[in-house]
Amino acid sequence: MTLLEIKDLHAGIDGNEILKGINLKIGPGEIHAIMGRNGSGKTTTANIIMGHPDFEVESGDVLLEGESLLELESWERARKGVFLSFQYPQAVPGLQVGNFLRKSVASIRGEEEAKGSAFRERLTKAMEALDIPRTFMSRYVNDGFSGGEKKRFEILQLMLLKPRLAVLDETDSGLDIDGIRTVSEGVNAAIRGTDSGALIITHYSRILEHVQPDMVHVLLDGKIVSSGGPELATKLEEKGYEWLKKE
Amino acid sequence: MGDNSEAREAVGEYKAGWHDPEDSTIRFDFGLSEEVVREISNLKNEPQWMTDIRVKAFNHFSKRKMPTWGNMSMLEEIDFDNICYYLRSSESTEKDWDDVPEDIRNTFERLGIPEAEQKWLSGVTAQYESEAVYHSIREDLESQGVIFLDMDSGLREYPDLVKKWFCSVVPYSDNKFSALNTAVWSGGSFIYVPEGVHVEMPVQAYFRINAKNMGQFERTLIIADKGSSIHYVEGCTAPTYSTDSLHSAVVELIALPGSHIRYSTIQNWSSNVYNLVTKRGIAHEKAKIEWVDGNIGSKLTMKYPAVILKGEGSHAEVISVAYSGEGQHQDAGAKIHHLASNTTSKILSKSISKNGGRGSYRGMVTVSPKADNCKLNVVCDALILDEGSRSDTYPTMEVANATARCEHEASVSKVSDEQLFYLMSRGHSEEESLAMIVNGFFEPFTRELPMEYAVELNQLMALEMEGSIG
Repeated sequence: MTLLEIKDLHAGIDGNEILKGINLKIGPGEIHAIMGRNGSGKTTTANIIMGHPDFEVESGDVLLEGESLLELESWERARKGVFLSFQYPQAVPGLQVGNFLRKSVASIRGEEEAKGSAFRERLTKAMEALDIPRTFMSRYVNDGFSGGEKKRFEILQLMLLKPRLAVLDETDSGLDIDGIRTVSEGVNAAIRGTDSGALIITHYSRILEHVQPDMVHVLLDGKIVSSGGPELATKLEEKGYEWLKKE
Repeated sequence: MGDNSEAREAVGEYKAGWHDPEDSTIRFDFGLSEEVVREISNLKNEPQWMTDIRVKAFNHFSKRKMPTWGNMSMLEEIDFDNICYYLRSSESTEKDWDDVPEDIRNTFERLGIPEAEQKWLSGVTAQYESEAVYHSIREDLESQGVIFLDMDSGLREYPDLVKKWFCSVVPYSDNKFSALNTAVWSGGSFIYVPEGVHVEMPVQAYFRINAKNMGQFERTLIIADKGSSIHYVEGCTAPTYSTDSLHSAVVELIALPGSHIRYSTIQNWSSNVYNLVTKRGIAHEKAKIEWVDGNIGSKLTMKYPAVILKGEGSHAEVISVAYSGEGQHQDAGAKIHHLASNTTSKILSKSISKNGGRGSYRGMVTVSPKADNCKLNVVCDALILDEGSRSDTYPTMEVANATARCEHEASVSKVSDEQLFYLMSRGHSEEESLAMIVNGFFEPFTRELPMEYAVELNQLMALEMEGSIG
């Protein structure tokens, strides 16, 4: 069964239509990328999938394994296996990272998975893979984090929450080359070899060198104007987006 | 709904809102007069000096005007003639819970006091209406000379010590409610920690009002002798009635040179209780006084824990949180007076208002001309959860010495939709997410509490956040 299906989606914010008929299918085990310039509707797509209350869907549908997500609250979507790695993760002063991770795993994966030594081992392993020091656990969620720390923390959550569908919104922005490599390894570990899927939203092809997408889609002014294999990303990097407009 | 439903099961709506039948053994008529004051003193077989000070205090109370700050319209609603000033429900103060009358024992069991005592407290006093009904202290502390008694027993057994310090920090003429308390006080704690003794585990007092239109006026006096330390914790609840009750306590702390007193309060009165309390401590040379003050319940709270830094090198901290819901006004803050050189102080105030509730920070810090090289730091943060709720800050600093280093920060914030969305995207319902933000906001306070209290406070706040999402 298709993991994620977006059907003729028209959506926007404050009465402005931003997405003008998007169609997309992601199968189990697949990683897709959406590329596009600022304002093309990339982040809107991510927000609609996760259920941001400010965005309105005018028509169309978003289905996870055949079930529409649109009527569900974002926390219900999360419990069904949707995950969003935020472009701008929010700080919650006073909420300790360790505590927050345990609570999130408990509510999404169930109490059992958030308990005992098995959880601690998984956590330690994921933190090592992402080069996150142990002291991180007692800090407050995204409070005073550097750009790179925020992105690593998003991927740490991805690895622990093991979603069915991971949407990564500009996860590569603000990261240096090493950061991109580390984060990409985290994404690969969470998705490759499983029947989960991922949608990577990005400006640049750099992250796609480390996380090889099965499909690349180009979003322009609220529509997917071109789809293809990984070679499409390379072409965009060389030629920019202008050539697509001309075609 | 993991956390929320657990919290709801654990605490019910206002968990402490039930009441027992009112089986009092002695109950005074409503209203206050010199006769009532003398009668209370007579009943307690007090020495003449205490009767005299009560009467003087009563006369002062009668003449003294209401405070002109806080919430004057709420204060004007207090009907002093419709309050019972003394009510005794048990003949004596027991040392064994089994000897406490069954109704009252059940109440404290429901509040979890005997259980907490066994697990992690050095001593407990439980006050029901006007009198302590239970009192005990660990034997090892008693053998080290630690005195921990209810105030009435303290006066009987250590009259000289009480006479020396009573009203020495808070004179009856300090304000209208300190005068009222001095006139009709009953119960409270009397603590003396001998030189060099450290009381490692906290001692706790629990205050319960059960009757309608009740006035509870406990009086607490804590003396920490040189180089000693103690942590005192108090909790309080009352049934929810449609008529108002009055709780007006006076607490005096004396921290002798090099000693350390920490006084923690979780005030969770029901929303029909006026909570008008005077708390003040004197810190001598190199002594340290900390007030950790949580105000969750009550109709109107006016309370400004104070420290007089009298001795050189002494230190004061007031860490407080206030939650104001529908119909509530928490007018809380701190007062610190730097009278000596090299004294330091820190005030951290956090307030949350919701559903039209009103939170005010009212603080005063002074540095006297003779006090050199003082350091003071004031931080007040407010979090407003909805339109129509209110937060005000009234900070006052009077610094008469140019060598003082003063820092003051204030912030007012709202919960952002983006914060909520972020937490909800991690599988937490809107209410759970809000509770996470609120508990995080209070975290600098809760981490100062013994763990058992921190957990209870977090559960209380999770409960307060229920139904708050419109």
